[in-house]
Amino acid sequence: MVIPNLVGAGLIVLGGGLGLGQIGGKAMESIARQPEAAGKIQTAMIIIGALLEGLAFGALILGS
Amino acid sequence: MMAKQSIKFIVVFLLVLVSFKSFADGGSSHHEKGNVIDTPQEIKDHIKHHLKDSHDFHLFSDNAAGKHYGFSLPVIVWTSKGLKTFMSSAFHHDDAGHVVVDKGDVKLTKIHSKIYELNAGATAVTFDDKHHATNAHKVLDFSITKSVVGMLLAGVLMFLGFVTLAKGYKKGPIPTGIGRLLEPLVIYVRDDIARPNIGEKKYRKFMGFLLTVFFFIWILNLLGLTPLGFNVTGQIAVTACLAIFTVVIYLFSGSKDFWAHTLWMPGVPVILRPVLAVIELVGFLLIKPFSLLVRLFANMTAGHFVVMSLIALTITLKESFGAVGSTGMSLVLALFISVIEVLVAFLQAFIFTMLSSLFIGMAVEEHDHH
Amino acid sequence: MEMLLNDFSPGLFIMQAVILVILIFLMAKFAWRPILNSLSERESGIEDALKAAEKAKIDMENLQANNAKLLQEARTEREEMLKEAREMKTKLVEDAKTEANETAANMIAQAQAAIEGEKKAAIADLKAQVSNLSIDIAEKVIRTELSNKDKQVALVESMLGEATLN
Repeated sequence: MVIPNLVGAGLIVLGGGLGLGQIGGKAMESIARQPEAAGKIQTAMIIIGALLEGLAFGALILGS
Repeated sequence: MMAKQSIKFIVVFLLVLVSFKSFADGGSSHHEKGNVIDTPQEIKDHIKHHLKDSHDFHLFSDNAAGKHYGFSLPVIVWTSKGLKTFMSSAFHHDDAGHVVVDKGDVKLTKIHSKIYELNAGATAVTFDDKHHATNAHKVLDFSITKSVVGMLLAGVLMFLGFVTLAKGYKKGPIPTGIGRLLEPLVIYVRDDIARPNIGEKKYRKFMGFLLTVFFFIWILNLLGLTPLGFNVTGQIAVTACLAIFTVVIYLFSGSKDFWAHTLWMPGVPVILRPVLAVIELVGFLLIKPFSLLVRLFANMTAGHFVVMSLIALTITLKESFGAVGSTGMSLVLALFISVIEVLVAFLQAFIFTMLSSLFIGMAVEEHDHH
Repeated sequence: MEMLLNDFSPGLFIMQAVILVILIFLMAKFAWRPILNSLSERESGIEDALKAAEKAKIDMENLQANNAKLLQEARTEREEMLKEAREMKTKLVEDAKTEANETAANMIAQAQAAIEGEKKAAIADLKAQVSNLSIDIAEKVIRTELSNKDKQVALVESMLGEATLN
């Protein structure tokens, strides 16, 4: 059975979205807990987000 | 003074753009039945076409009169018979291999924005059932394509802007005019991207690359949002080149510690070390550059795709919402996404530079021996 | 993936590489180097200025402390001098007083001695004169009295009576 590309893309986006949600949510929590470290947390959040994004895009591209 | 000159330059450039010449269309096969783009398939084709590089600077078309407005760009190709140059108008806007340009010893044609050389003896392109050309092959294409024009434009803008800033320091320590806008950006890249990731001692050496890449990507991303329709950072060749530059830089500036940790990780059982070495090498040589290039490419492509699709809503929703409703909806949505795209344009430039400096920082870092 | 590889244009890649190399070189030479140099110059200038200001402040404080110390010293010195002067004054006055007293006492003593001497001389003189006078008187009396015998005796008698007094 062949899984259609679009289903794969949907799965990738699902996974990526969950991951990004985790990163964003935890980052917000940390900022709320330590507002003075907001800048550092934001930078770290963006980097991790970018890495995840690279992963998801890589999968999308490989699958397309 | 320099600021005035750069403004003059931009004005002249825009005038050149506006004084485009129009030329008659030869044999376009794409829009034979309709006079405007109105079917979903045509919209899809149009978006696909926009996302690709193009050999002429196309501004808009009047399909009813069969006219295209824009200007042609030089084509420079390396064929089996040597270098050939001609203007892209020779193709008469054909993109399906119908028009064959005869350059004496070689015959060239353009299929889906790629230039093909016909095999010896052939006079017209034949396609197989998957629409692959059977009797033609691709040539090395050094044309001044739209993307190259975009890069040159970005380079000239950057050069003028930052040379103005550099010259401004001769008059006094505080820059004036455009320098006042650019200086904080330079300081931002230096203090928030390069310094914390590479380290106080070594960051200076990489500033030239990081600053150039940051502003290059940012300006190109922003150019992509103008109606001129550049999609330079959405070309995989461009992002691949940028990523490979980063790889070359961090491989060649890697410290002894970096190579020791990559190839023969200390503090790990000996059996595991070759495995780790393979993983690390794959990571540094393939995964990191691949994620760099794909992230930028995919973000920009997706952004253009979404903006263009939302603009196309004005056509696709016309039947259900009426002309005014669909236009209003598309306007609001496209405006919203465009604002996000302005943010993304900066964010992608930032992330590319940030990750580049992070990787360079990993490579040049000297560990305390433990 | 296949579509992507198909889209990859080696020519564009090479053009981009060439443009990027030239751009990095040009920007580094004409823009980034002077900009970063000016920035770090300016920053070190600001840092130096701050340090200099800090140093000047400390110097100023030291100077003020010094001044206060000097002032204090000057004040105590003045106090001491005043005290000394006062002491000297009282001493001088004292001295002058004692000297004057002594001189006065001396003079009084001398005057008394002189007065005593004069008095003694005057008494001696008076005694001599009195004795001369009494001898004269006695001569005269004796001359007159010796003419009358009775009277002579009476006189001698009274004189003798009187003479016992001295």
